[in-house]
Amino acid sequence: MAEKTLTRMDLAEAVHSEVGLSRNDSADLVEAVLRHISDALVDGETVKISSFGTFSVREKSARIGRNPKTGEEVPIHPRRVLSFRASHLMKERVAAGNRR
Amino acid sequence: MPASSAQVEIKGMQMIRSELIQKIADENPHLFQRDVDRIVSTIFDEITEAMANGNRVELRGFGAFSVKRRDPRIGRNPRTGEAVEVEEKHVPFFKTGKLLRDRLNGN
Repeated sequence: MAEKTLTRMDLAEAVHSEVGLSRNDSADLVEAVLRHISDALVDGETVKISSFGTFSVREKSARIGRNPKTGEEVPIHPRRVLSFRASHLMKERVAAGNRR
Repeated sequence: MPASSAQVEIKGMQMIRSELIQKIADENPHLFQRDVDRIVSTIFDEITEAMANGNRVELRGFGAFSVKRRDPRIGRNPRTGEAVEVEEKHVPFFKTGKLLRDRLNGN
């Protein structure tokens, strides 16, 4: 698989060519979308983007971890983690697009 | 993925696509709502399209979308217990960025 990595710039470029906004404004809008999603998640909200997927925050309780190198026990504090669940449409498109 | 007892989803508020579009529209009164709609759709479509082409999308501070390959395996029909071949397949994957992970934990 000749894998390529896209960045914010590529998303801004897509907005620029699709909607015709300047590259600067397009970049600002990409940033705004990511900022709003992040802010909602930090507030503990679930973010559901239809036909794309759902971002949700999970609370993990404290547990005793182990340093795999030294075997030493270390406490892992309770924390919040983000999980992303892809929509059926995304799963189908990704599966179909990568089928040999 | 089944939720283990150690991980509990925070119940409560949510933001859906139309609310995200509204927030962006409120901040950009010079844009038509239908343009904001197209802008938001373009961004998500571009990410999905990239993954459908086997590519990664790396959004520093937010996270990275990539494609993982699942090896072919022998599955089982849970009702009949019959063995069935499950083909190799590719699934979407998201890894949270460091900045967002830290922000979720109040750092």
